[in-house]
Amino acid sequence: MERILTYAEAIREATEQEMARDPSVIVLGMGVDDFKAIYGTTRGLQEKFGPDRVFDTPLSEDAMTGVAIGAALAGLRPIHVHIRMDFVLLAMNQLINIAAKVRYMYGGTVAVPIVVRSIIGRSWGQGAQHSQGLQSLFMHIPGLRVVAPSSPYDAKGCLIQSIRDENPVMFVEHRMLHAHRGHVPADSYTVPFGKARVLMKGSDITLVGISYMAVECLRAQRYLDSVGVSAEVIDPVSLTPLDVDTIVASVKKTGRLLVVDSGWTMCGASAEILTQVAERLQGQAHVRWQRMGFAPVTCPTTRNLENLFYPNAQTVASAAFTMVHDNRKSWAPIHEEAREIVEFRGPF
Amino acid sequence: MNEHFYRSLYRIRRVEEEVARIYPSDKIKSPVHLSIGQEAVSVGVCEALRPSDVVFGTYRGHALYLAKGGDLRKMIAELYGKVTGCSKGKGGSMHLVDVEAGVMGTSAVVGTTIPHAVGYAYAMRLRGADTVAAAFFGDGAVDEGVFHESMNFASLKKLPMVFICENNFYSIHSHQRTRQPAANIVDRARAYMMPAERIQDGNVLKIYERVQAAVDEIRRTRSGPRFFECMSYRWNEHVGPNDDFDKGYRSRAEADPWFQNDQVERLGSLLDLQARARIDAEVEAEIQDAFAFAEASPFPDDAELHTDVFKEAVTWNVS
Repeated sequence: MERILTYAEAIREATEQEMARDPSVIVLGMGVDDFKAIYGTTRGLQEKFGPDRVFDTPLSEDAMTGVAIGAALAGLRPIHVHIRMDFVLLAMNQLINIAAKVRYMYGGTVAVPIVVRSIIGRSWGQGAQHSQGLQSLFMHIPGLRVVAPSSPYDAKGCLIQSIRDENPVMFVEHRMLHAHRGHVPADSYTVPFGKARVLMKGSDITLVGISYMAVECLRAQRYLDSVGVSAEVIDPVSLTPLDVDTIVASVKKTGRLLVVDSGWTMCGASAEILTQVAERLQGQAHVRWQRMGFAPVTCPTTRNLENLFYPNAQTVASAAFTMVHDNRKSWAPIHEEAREIVEFRGPF
Repeated sequence: MNEHFYRSLYRIRRVEEEVARIYPSDKIKSPVHLSIGQEAVSVGVCEALRPSDVVFGTYRGHALYLAKGGDLRKMIAELYGKVTGCSKGKGGSMHLVDVEAGVMGTSAVVGTTIPHAVGYAYAMRLRGADTVAAAFFGDGAVDEGVFHESMNFASLKKLPMVFICENNFYSIHSHQRTRQPAANIVDRARAYMMPAERIQDGNVLKIYERVQAAVDEIRRTRSGPRFFECMSYRWNEHVGPNDDFDKGYRSRAEADPWFQNDQVERLGSLLDLQARARIDAEVEAEIQDAFAFAEASPFPDDAELHTDVFKEAVTWNVS
């Protein structure tokens, strides 16, 4: 029988198993020990492993990132949790100037095996500073791994891989994924970085969905199927390293690539993926390209504008349909808001 | 003991004088922030630490690296950009490291290594080790938010560490009085419930004794972090091999008391002439050897450009 867990439970289980296996793993971050337990992802860990290995922190993202780095230099494997990705901006100096660079600038004599978990805060009404998907900022920096799994299975395996990795890893979660359910084996396992997943085979267009947008691309695939368009859906899972081979092989077959990010498009993950595929296929294949992501504005809170801000299954399906029909036809499925967004009542 | 302190002080002074002498030849293609005049702080503190203790420092880090036992050959080779350097030539003067000696790194961004000492101390306490971590920083770092965040957490958790503020009065060319409302750095530490002391005169033996007593107590009683503000003075320009008393932002008269109080001379004068001459000769020979080693060492291979980004060799995205 399949063992079903939510994405949040998978994160918790991965953490618990690694902490039991390796006494050098610690968890720190604002609220990791409170009653909400970062949406349940850290629930029970302090009771099991004690307050020295699982601890709340002062509101000091900058220094606490430095503390995690210092602890890693001493041989620990810290997991630093940020309940919003927006808050990681307060830690950029430590992440970019130190975590990403010390292995290189100290000639390979040190390692910083830290995991920085952060959550893209979208549900509804989160507004300007509780909703950002900043994965591309970190992709820009040599020395940082960036992963953004979309399924409970990958969430567990990728987190275990991230904890064991000898490099700093930015582990990107999406709030709307936390309640998603799926098969998760009870035993410990790793999902290797640099291997994309083909979630659905198809022949007319390649949809690449990053983080939560992988879920929306799968929904778009079903809409498209109803109008005779066959979409292949790929989840890159890890962004650095990026498995461009899998995407290139798909685009060679479909001739169309639509990359949908849980973030902005300008200099974004979608731009990077398109570019890498274009560099590989230029002169070999005629390809139609498109990116989708957040509207190039600050995230608004009011519902009607917020709905326009985010890509969704319908807008993705509509864009894909137009691409497949070489811009000569347009179509859009009836708008249905995603269940996890309609039903969302917190915790925030 | 005097011989020991003199050797360490004189060795640092002479290494940096030699760096300054060679610098115009452009063999050292790395900006150098010389510690000349400030050696006593690094020497006094590091002599109070055990070899297994660790230090985290700043871009003005030559003195700290050498005082803590960092390998001299590897340091000079690093300045020369050679593959035998402590960072394989990829770090330069501002990023010295010697993990075996407990020199855990030096950073060019002011204040950034302070929380690393805090995190290292946290790990040591978690593991039940009696290692002490020392954070070295300047008066400029006191302006940074991370300084306060780090003191707050270190004190909250009573971590085994010492904060060493090396106050040379200037952040590049900006005097402390233009950046801070009062010369009260130690009071800020006390506000975080940390015992704090200012050592006014740069006396290397006094720095050693005070820090030694603090470190002993930290190990014995687990009483948490201590703070020292060690007043000091940079003799040379902020970056580069020359002095800059003609530039108008500070005067030679301001520096004079520090020249008079030179700890290298002071400790040297306590030795008999024969002992001093022997130490001087040994230090000169070691320095000559280190520069010859750097000269003779090869530059890194082109392939080194791509190593050490991640633990694993980067095989993706290489067109």
